[in-house]
Amino acid sequence: MKRLRNIENSVIPAVFFAVLLIIWQLSVDMGVIRRFVLPSPMDIGSTLIEILPNMYNHIFVTLIEAFSGFFISILLALVLAILMDSVKLVKKAIYPILVVSQTVPLIVLAPLFVMWFGFGMLPKIIVVVLVCFFPILVSLLDGLSSVDKDIINLLKSMKASSLQIFRLVKFPAAMVSFFSGLRIAATYSIMGAVIGEWLGGRAGLGIYMTRVRNSYAYDKTFAVVVVIIALSMLVFYLVKLTQRLVMPWSIEAERNRR
Amino acid sequence: MTTYRSNHEIKLELKQIYKTFEDTPVLEGISLQLKNKEFVSILGPSGSGKSTIFNIVSGLLKPDSGEVIIEGESYTGKTGRVSYMYQKDLLLPWCRVIDNASLPLIIKGMKKQQARETVSPFFSVFGLEGFEYKYPFQLSGGMRQRAALLRTYMFSKDIMLLDEPFGGLDAITRAKMHQWLLGVLQQLEASVLFITHDIEEAIYLSDRIYIISERPAAVYKEIVINLERPRGRALLTSKEFMDLKAEILSLL
Repeated sequence: MKRLRNIENSVIPAVFFAVLLIIWQLSVDMGVIRRFVLPSPMDIGSTLIEILPNMYNHIFVTLIEAFSGFFISILLALVLAILMDSVKLVKKAIYPILVVSQTVPLIVLAPLFVMWFGFGMLPKIIVVVLVCFFPILVSLLDGLSSVDKDIINLLKSMKASSLQIFRLVKFPAAMVSFFSGLRIAATYSIMGAVIGEWLGGRAGLGIYMTRVRNSYAYDKTFAVVVVIIALSMLVFYLVKLTQRLVMPWSIEAERNRR
Repeated sequence: MTTYRSNHEIKLELKQIYKTFEDTPVLEGISLQLKNKEFVSILGPSGSGKSTIFNIVSGLLKPDSGEVIIEGESYTGKTGRVSYMYQKDLLLPWCRVIDNASLPLIIKGMKKQQARETVSPFFSVFGLEGFEYKYPFQLSGGMRQRAALLRTYMFSKDIMLLDEPFGGLDAITRAKMHQWLLGVLQQLEASVLFITHDIEEAIYLSDRIYIISERPAAVYKEIVINLERPRGRALLTSKEFMDLKAEILSLL
């Protein structure tokens, strides 16, 4: 029964996606939409195969930016979350500012970063950090504050120190929620790097994309989009895989709850 | 050393405990005693402040007045001497059962491997053999409560506080757990203070029962249960059992 549902879960979206692709392909083939406005899925596919070898360097640069930004975000979020959770005053002072900072449009900030930090990787990494950092921090904070009070009391009755309570209960308990934040941030990380690259630089998918778009090569633009999606999914599943390795119980427990 | 101490048989004593939460008196002069190897129940309606008593005994709460004395020493408002167990098992989902049971030892500063070795002989006593390396979610409700009791025992082997530990289980599992608990306690040197609102459970398990009034709670009757041990299921339908039940019902 459970297996049947699993198959259903993966087959239904796949079939739906295939139907959408067929409709798209047919409407381009039959001239409903003109080919230079919107290339068909098959055009995109063949272009992708053709230009992929030229893109390796760009992919590499984007991945490095995304990963560095992602890891910096994790570190930053960890430090801040622990600080905010243990000193309530810090949380009260910082939290509203963090929320407001998320409402500033990145598109406005990114050119400033280029002005301040030049055309190298740094401004891109900063954009990635800005995008990734917040979901990780919020999920960690949620996790830390959602620990069952009774279990904390139980440890207190055993005369556990605050550090022990944090290490033995609060931090591990926050991990599930932390990883759901990581999954979101992971998918954003590639996008963040691409946005950062739009504003200039030497290499990266965002730069490649601006170039091909400026030459009206829409099939190539879409091919880059496919690559971006594939990379984002890859990072997403890497995080999921890590979660499975680090906390085998969490995924099992999640499945059992359903 | 214990020879000259006249009350050496008394493990735990509460003297005139008073507690008020924001102008609402919750405990009004609770006094009780728990002797060595004795099983004592606190029986009272839900919300009568029974759990507050345990929070005071374990040292999490300080009473407004009164004393908690454990083996002749004052433990009023001091944690780290006795631990308790809840209706919720409060097992850590990310730890294997053996590590959950080791938790008190880890807190006391023992290394993980050594703690595991200390705990593992007790798995057979507690009927948990073969479950050492399972995760809590792989266990049934009854087995999880066993693991929770083992953890409580690992913290303080002589005194255990059990707060409606079987309240969340279905009637059949609960009956099995009663049998199991009696069997385990026969093999241990432990005194148990047990909170419940279930009259039959209290009679079946206890040597003595303190009946607690509604809030503000005070002890208004102490009943000695002179039923022979070991106790079996047949006892539940015996005349003596029914008489005791009738007596308690008339009091509540």
